[in-house]
Amino acid sequence: MNVQSLPITESVQFSLIPALSNRRRAWLACLLCGGFFLALVVTAGILGTSGLDIDFLHRKLAPSLAYPFGTDWLGRDMLVRTVHGLCRSLSIGLLAAGCSSVISVGIGIMAATMGRRVDSILSLLIDIVMATPHLVLLILVSFACGGGARGVVIAVAVSHWPRLARILRAEILQLRTSEFISISRRLGKTPGWIALHHMLPHLIPQFMIGLILMFPHAILHAAGLTFLGFGLTPHNPSIGILLSESMRHLSTGYWWLAILPGLSLVCTVKLFDILGNNLRTLLDPRTTQD
Amino acid sequence: MQTFPADNFWMNRSVRLFLTLLLVAILAFTLVSLSPVDPVNAYLGMDRMQIGPEQEQLIIDRWGLDRPPVERFFIWGGNVLQSDLGQSMIFNEPVTTVIAKRFLTSLHLMALAWLLSGVLGFVLGVLAGMRQNSFVDRSVRLYSYLMASTPSFWMGMVLLAIFSVSLGWTPICGAYPPGLTSADSTMWQRLHHLLLPAATLSIIGIAQIALHTREKMIDAMNSDYAIFALAQGDSRIGVAIHHALRNICLPAITLQFASLGELFGGSVLAEQVFSYPGLGKATVEAGIRGDVPLLLGITLFSAMFVFSGNMIADLLYSKLDPRISNRREAL
Amino acid sequence: MLDIHNLSISFQRYTRGFVRETLSPVSDVSLSVHAGEIVALIGASGAGKSLLAHAMLGLLPKNATLKGDFRFKGEDLSPARIRELRGREIALIPQSVSHLNPLIRVGKQVYRSARLSGRCHCTASASCDNAFSRYQLAETIKAQFPFQISGGMARRVLTATATAGKADLIIADEPTTGLDPEVTEQSLTHLQELAAQQKGVLLITHDLENAARIADTLVVLYDGRTVEITPTSSLSEGTASLHPYTRALWQALPQNGFIRFPHAVEKDDVRKCGCAFACRCPEATSSCRDRMPPLKQIGEKMMRCTHVTG
Repeated sequence: MNVQSLPITESVQFSLIPALSNRRRAWLACLLCGGFFLALVVTAGILGTSGLDIDFLHRKLAPSLAYPFGTDWLGRDMLVRTVHGLCRSLSIGLLAAGCSSVISVGIGIMAATMGRRVDSILSLLIDIVMATPHLVLLILVSFACGGGARGVVIAVAVSHWPRLARILRAEILQLRTSEFISISRRLGKTPGWIALHHMLPHLIPQFMIGLILMFPHAILHAAGLTFLGFGLTPHNPSIGILLSESMRHLSTGYWWLAILPGLSLVCTVKLFDILGNNLRTLLDPRTTQD
Repeated sequence: MQTFPADNFWMNRSVRLFLTLLLVAILAFTLVSLSPVDPVNAYLGMDRMQIGPEQEQLIIDRWGLDRPPVERFFIWGGNVLQSDLGQSMIFNEPVTTVIAKRFLTSLHLMALAWLLSGVLGFVLGVLAGMRQNSFVDRSVRLYSYLMASTPSFWMGMVLLAIFSVSLGWTPICGAYPPGLTSADSTMWQRLHHLLLPAATLSIIGIAQIALHTREKMIDAMNSDYAIFALAQGDSRIGVAIHHALRNICLPAITLQFASLGELFGGSVLAEQVFSYPGLGKATVEAGIRGDVPLLLGITLFSAMFVFSGNMIADLLYSKLDPRISNRREAL
Repeated sequence: MLDIHNLSISFQRYTRGFVRETLSPVSDVSLSVHAGEIVALIGASGAGKSLLAHAMLGLLPKNATLKGDFRFKGEDLSPARIRELRGREIALIPQSVSHLNPLIRVGKQVYRSARLSGRCHCTASASCDNAFSRYQLAETIKAQFPFQISGGMARRVLTATATAGKADLIIADEPTTGLDPEVTEQSLTHLQELAAQQKGVLLITHDLENAARIADTLVVLYDGRTVEITPTSSLSEGTASLHPYTRALWQALPQNGFIRFPHAVEKDDVRKCGCAFACRCPEATSSCRDRMPPLKQIGEKMMRCTHVTG
């Protein structure tokens, strides 16, 4: 009795917009999320430094119409600070994720194609990096770089590559032994041709998907590191630093200083997650035809 | 007839542990040496002003602080093998003492969070996976996906704002009431202080474990043997209890023990929010103030901790999974 | 015991937009099984045999619709009634050992099957022991796990799970696929023993040769429809009175001439309203392609073909 031969899944998919296929829904989601991020960046540009002047007359005001996120202990508009902080956090996270993915591609390809000795050394390296608890590694690297925003970017970049590198390495190794590649080789195609026409179409979606899924993690880890105090920059703080400064005021009842910026971070990361998942639906060859 | 090569397992694992720790030590030492901080300052800190030049030279000789990094590593390594991890600059105590004390405090927090997230995560995952797309399933999925985007330290702050500040039910910081020491405070007081940090760690942990358990449960409920059990007249709940549960227990255990690494990282953040004097907070302080011996010591210790977690998971798996433990008896 | 007339199974699914598509993998199946009879359900992969078995055991997914007559012991079967009967009066012998839980010992699984069939604690134990001795399985096998037992033993254990209860209708799903001749022989003998105990056996297979050896009646399925119901004895009387499909299957066997199975003459992706076999049938005429022939009683047989008469 072969259950897999049943053509239909157990339950009917429930969706708010049943009229759209999976593919169209994914496009719509991507557009909406992309639009949000664009709006964020544009807002930060438009707002500039307005609202960031120190104004002791309007210190620690609760959220209201004039100040949707309230003001902080120096009278600065929390909404403006949050928007800038989000942009900063996003840029740190994206930069770190970008570097990380480049490293993982390099190491993944090297490990899978340069012979067994190189492979064992690199695999050992991957294992060691993954054996250290993530946050401890982040702290170590940050310390090694002397702190600052640069240290945070490097730390996040250096601790996220192992997972993707492992996936890419496994994928390449599997491809190399697959039948269609060996047939290609026997037909006389050059390794370069095989790499371009057979391997890349497999690897690029995996890489894009891995990269996209890495963003939320990178952003959250970067925020965590800066929260702990490792990425202090004198001006233009990221959300992590914002939250760490605001934490002091929690116990005295000024909850909006910490809760609201954090909430915006959660929403932003969630939107990134949705963007990522929908991009995956579009890019993954298995689901892109739905 | 021996059913499992037990001796080999322990030998194997000990060797691997040693190798792992060695390599982690090399990695950590390399990173630390790259730091722009002057190694003498890192070891002595502000005290450098207070000790005399002979004392300073003694310390420099002991730890080889004026030697090149590779030599310094071997000297440090040699000391470590003699159980001397150095003196913590921040706490003015041997690193081993600091780690032991703070780990014990952290242990309460981590153990509580680990148990809570394990048990509740498993239960929620099973309930969600038993009936796909039911109300329970959709709620659990919504909760899990939300938590995946939530930083744990912010969650801690939310809980702090609600329960400690607004409602006043729980204390704001520390492991025991201010003014008391660890010895003086009662177990209930300590538990009271543990509540929010443990809740912070658990809320995120539950989400992850529930999601994984749910996936395994769905696989189990759609497997061949589950369908056959239904064909034999079992009800859906009967299948869940008699078949699915058994088959997801093992992956659940592996997941539980593998989550120790995440737990450690989470505790660093949670302890920061609640000023809980555990190992995590010590790590942060060591990193910020450049206390190299303590930082190295904590790195080694945490790597060993995570490794032990994975090792216990493997051990349990090999003992509990009949397909592995009975390999020798197969016909 | 079991009577199925004009059974159809269809699925609904959403394609692009709001368009709902109905798939009918099984569109018109009829068969019947009497006590002590072995009925072989023959069909190629994708003909709908497993789906039929699922339907009989109430294992179809939620978006499936079942239409037609479905009677067991004279009673109309509703989904609720099937749920009550399965395991108790209708039992399944599954295809492979993957249908057993890999982490539970084999004896315990047979015992559970006995319990689920309605037996109380002690009778279930006794019945489990009986089943094991009947199929010459040693006591030690009870403590083994499914991955530890060999193919032949697995087959016997699977049969034991179905017979540990009191089921009167046994559905055997592909009992000979992928097994060596000795084990196949054993498997078939067990089914014959079950029939001798006045149980009804529905044998689902694509192995015409083995089915013809033990079955009393053959039900041939093509593209989700019953095309022929014939007593097995008619096979030896010559192939002229068989449905073209059955004839082609029979003649394709090595010992019957090894004649090549007819290929599709036209590229026929679109489902026409005529006979589904028309594109491969050597006797197809235009009337075959225009109209679906009904299932007619011809002597002892039921036949869905315009060319076979009397």
